[in-house]
Amino acid sequence: MAVGKEIRVKIKSVQNTQKITRAMEMVAASKMRKAQERMAASRPYAQKMRNVIGHLANAHPEYKHPYLVERPVKRVGYIIISSDRGLCGGLNSNLFRRLVAEMRQNRNDGIQISLCTIGNKAAGFFARMGGEVLGQAHHLGDAPKLEDLIGVVKVMLDAYDEGKIDRLYLVYNEFVNTMTQKPTIQQMLPIQASDDQQLKHHWDYLYEPEAKDVMTALLTRFIESQVYQGVVENAACEQAARMVAMKAASDNAGNLIGDLKLMYNKARQAAITQEIAEIVGGASAL
Amino acid sequence: MAMTIHVDIVSAEKAIFSGAAEMVFASAVMGEVGILPRHTPLLTQLRPGEVRVKLPEGQEESFYVSGGMLEVQPHVVTVLADTASRAKDLDEAKVLAAKERAEQAMRDKSSEFEYAQAEAELAEAVAQLQAIKKLRQKTGVR
Repeated sequence: MAVGKEIRVKIKSVQNTQKITRAMEMVAASKMRKAQERMAASRPYAQKMRNVIGHLANAHPEYKHPYLVERPVKRVGYIIISSDRGLCGGLNSNLFRRLVAEMRQNRNDGIQISLCTIGNKAAGFFARMGGEVLGQAHHLGDAPKLEDLIGVVKVMLDAYDEGKIDRLYLVYNEFVNTMTQKPTIQQMLPIQASDDQQLKHHWDYLYEPEAKDVMTALLTRFIESQVYQGVVENAACEQAARMVAMKAASDNAGNLIGDLKLMYNKARQAAITQEIAEIVGGASAL
Repeated sequence: MAMTIHVDIVSAEKAIFSGAAEMVFASAVMGEVGILPRHTPLLTQLRPGEVRVKLPEGQEESFYVSGGMLEVQPHVVTVLADTASRAKDLDEAKVLAAKERAEQAMRDKSSEFEYAQAEAELAEAVAQLQAIKKLRQKTGVR
């Protein structure tokens, strides 16, 4: 039957799109599970690291490391973690919106800003919008490696050492649950030590070789592990957001197919009715 | 039973070992160290090498670490193992690569951040999302 050829073509194309979105949803679901495992696997290190830093803050070292000392803020640095790919709902835009609001606040207070981006989306956004970007990393893949982050972290740490930035923040999406990802801005430098420990009496570590070297190595690793944790968490967020977005897309495609089918059937019925009417009309004319 | 000390070996990407031990051996930058229970607090860097843990049952387990940090508290030993091989010039190379990528992307771009443009773009994205949400609600009610 010749009726509704365009509609049939349209239905076919929507069905094809739905196949793709459904496949992407399932891929994202399985990747999310792996990303969550990775998130859990990296937690013990961060936890132990925090313990050691906690001990260190409560020790009474003869040397005060600059990473632990507050100083007047003239310029701040942000390490921004974003996804490499799109089609994940408002994940990146929400994060950037939160960041831009904060940056504007800073600018009004006369504080300058340096940036460091991880992921293609942040790189693209700041390439369009300008801003002083000191370092970049992208294409970290589904299983990010700490090794790939050393460069960008060190760029910012060097800037801090040279006094080019006085504070360092990490900007990423916190994984609350599959449906919720929270844009978060977390201060990394100077390190805010928690002093809710019982070890209050006067003691200090033995440092080998020098307190300064050991502490620099330790604190650098601490910052790196936090950035790594952020990257892994953001990856889990990305997959979760993509899963939800693709589910919505599949549902919408389903609705659209329903509407189109209804339209198609109506058109077909109208054509049949018309044909019958014509035959009846023709018969009675004879 | 002999006195034991709790040992945790973790790397940034996973936990490697956790449990009680009689003694722990590690290769620190200043030389091999052996840690017994009630050792004085110590913080040191590790060289790439073996970390051996003597278990209370008498066997030994050994792990290879490519460097890291060793923290000793009287009853806890923590090994924070590196996952990447670290050397100063290696790190410098990575810094240069990160900077290079940034510079390449930022060529002929002003370093002044365009707030108005950014906010406009974000507002647009958010408006799109909201429109989609409304549309979805509408079709859902129907």
